[in-house]
Amino acid sequence: MENTTIDPKKLPGWGIDANPENDPTYPLRVPRMNVSQDPDHKHRPASSQPVDVEVLKSIERPNVSAVFGESAPPVGLSGALRRMAFKYSESHYGHWLPLLLADRVNVVEGIIEDFAHGKVPNIFAEKGYAVEWKHNRSAFVTKMATIALVTTGAILLITRDKDKKRKKYRY
Amino acid sequence: MLAMDYRGPKRVRATEKPMPEIKHPQDAIVRVTRSCICGSDLHLYNGNVPDTRVGSTFGHEFTGIVEEVGPDVTKIKVGDHVLVPFNVACGECHFCKQGMFGNCHESNTQASAVGGIFGYSHTAGGYNGGQAEYARVPYANVGPTVIPEGMDPDDAVLLTDVVPTGYQAAEMAGIQPGDTVVVFGAGPVGIMAARCCWLFGAGRVIIIDKEDYRLEFAKNYANCEAYNFEKDMDDPVVFIKKATDFMGADCVIDAVGAEAAGNAMQTITGRKLLLQAGSATALHWAINSVKKGGVISIVGVYGPTDNLVPIGNVLNKGLTIRANQASVKRLLPRLIEHVQNGVIKPKELITHRIPLEEVADGYRMFSAKLDNCIKPLLVFPSANI
Repeated sequence: MENTTIDPKKLPGWGIDANPENDPTYPLRVPRMNVSQDPDHKHRPASSQPVDVEVLKSIERPNVSAVFGESAPPVGLSGALRRMAFKYSESHYGHWLPLLLADRVNVVEGIIEDFAHGKVPNIFAEKGYAVEWKHNRSAFVTKMATIALVTTGAILLITRDKDKKRKKYRY
Repeated sequence: MLAMDYRGPKRVRATEKPMPEIKHPQDAIVRVTRSCICGSDLHLYNGNVPDTRVGSTFGHEFTGIVEEVGPDVTKIKVGDHVLVPFNVACGECHFCKQGMFGNCHESNTQASAVGGIFGYSHTAGGYNGGQAEYARVPYANVGPTVIPEGMDPDDAVLLTDVVPTGYQAAEMAGIQPGDTVVVFGAGPVGIMAARCCWLFGAGRVIIIDKEDYRLEFAKNYANCEAYNFEKDMDDPVVFIKKATDFMGADCVIDAVGAEAAGNAMQTITGRKLLLQAGSATALHWAINSVKKGGVISIVGVYGPTDNLVPIGNVLNKGLTIRANQASVKRLLPRLIEHVQNGVIKPKELITHRIPLEEVADGYRMFSAKLDNCIKPLLVFPSANI
């Protein structure tokens, strides 16, 4: 890629926010406030959102935060996995790995939920394949062929004839 | 109302969902007028962020008109057109008092490492986001800011995340006049970070990515040097060393995060098998290409599990690493000034306007880098602005 040298000082705004005191490689000049310097460090907002849905709480917190989101409360098998995950701290694999597993289980639950509501999920559209077909056709075809190949291989592997027994040699 | 609906990795759709409601005295409901798809949303879209639940609505970059306010909301009123910072912040806790609005202690029950973020999984508080016709905005006295008279809404929507995150990336790098700064990643945040490096007095800014169209855009928008790590060099670390008299860059910004390309093993273990918190390729390059005693600024998002980064070299080189989610509210006054004075022109980043009904195509286009997409903006049937 061709690049040209410029004089940065001629650029609009050059250096207008320069701050020699913001040099983190020297001891901080702007005093930080630690917890003991803040007598009010346990302060909470005056009111709290009522907990009327199941909220999973990190064990690294003393309480439910004053507000929280409730976009998708835990449900079903994925919910059970999430509840199990929240028995562990955020520094533990026992927290994150079950959550990742729950996310995948949740995908299947979502498809079942769609069918239960009489809706057939249009996975081709949800994955935006139409736009990939339009702008990146060769890569799209390669991707689909790879998926088909891997799927066919997996099916053949699973359904291979298990009755074939090893020849027994008699001497 | 119509809203984006997550159905699983790489599967989203627009669907009818119930209207949001006031749940707390400081809540507001806004009718969304602009909402972007962010590069950070791709971590969710690809299934890399734990506790991303089916049925969630993403979107943490949005503006809207206030439709309803809770009884304790005094700073904004019905009818105000506001930009909504991506952080959910109470403004009163120990961290908010220090301007760390990205680290609020009273907006995320489910994880202690990060504050609440709109539409960013239950790991960031479980809030529905702004890729919907209406959104609930908690702590409406703190975050939402009335869009200044005369400001283009397309500029305003980028002040909710891209501009502050790019600016804070440059700020955290502690740039001193004349410094050489390397930015890994020429997505919208990387491009904005490169532009903002000049405001802190950088002497040389180099941006590195693998997409020529992004590099071309970055070169024109941010007046920086741009290089393709797949075409212009064998090894980015050696390239940067050679470009800096074998000293290393003074500061390096990681504006990539978990989706980094460039190393097959990192891609397999981090992005495909999820055995680590994404691919640490950009972070590797940052640590190894910065000078001894240099500064690394991280705004790229990584997952919460362990990542195999060259932490031994952090010690050996005496590095300072600064990383955070941008605290938008702290930065807004200065950034609004910069936009109004024409120093920063955010809306020039927007390349695609996509109807909410076609959100799946928008995500695919942005994720697969189709049609020279830099920044997609979702358009709403009910916005009328």
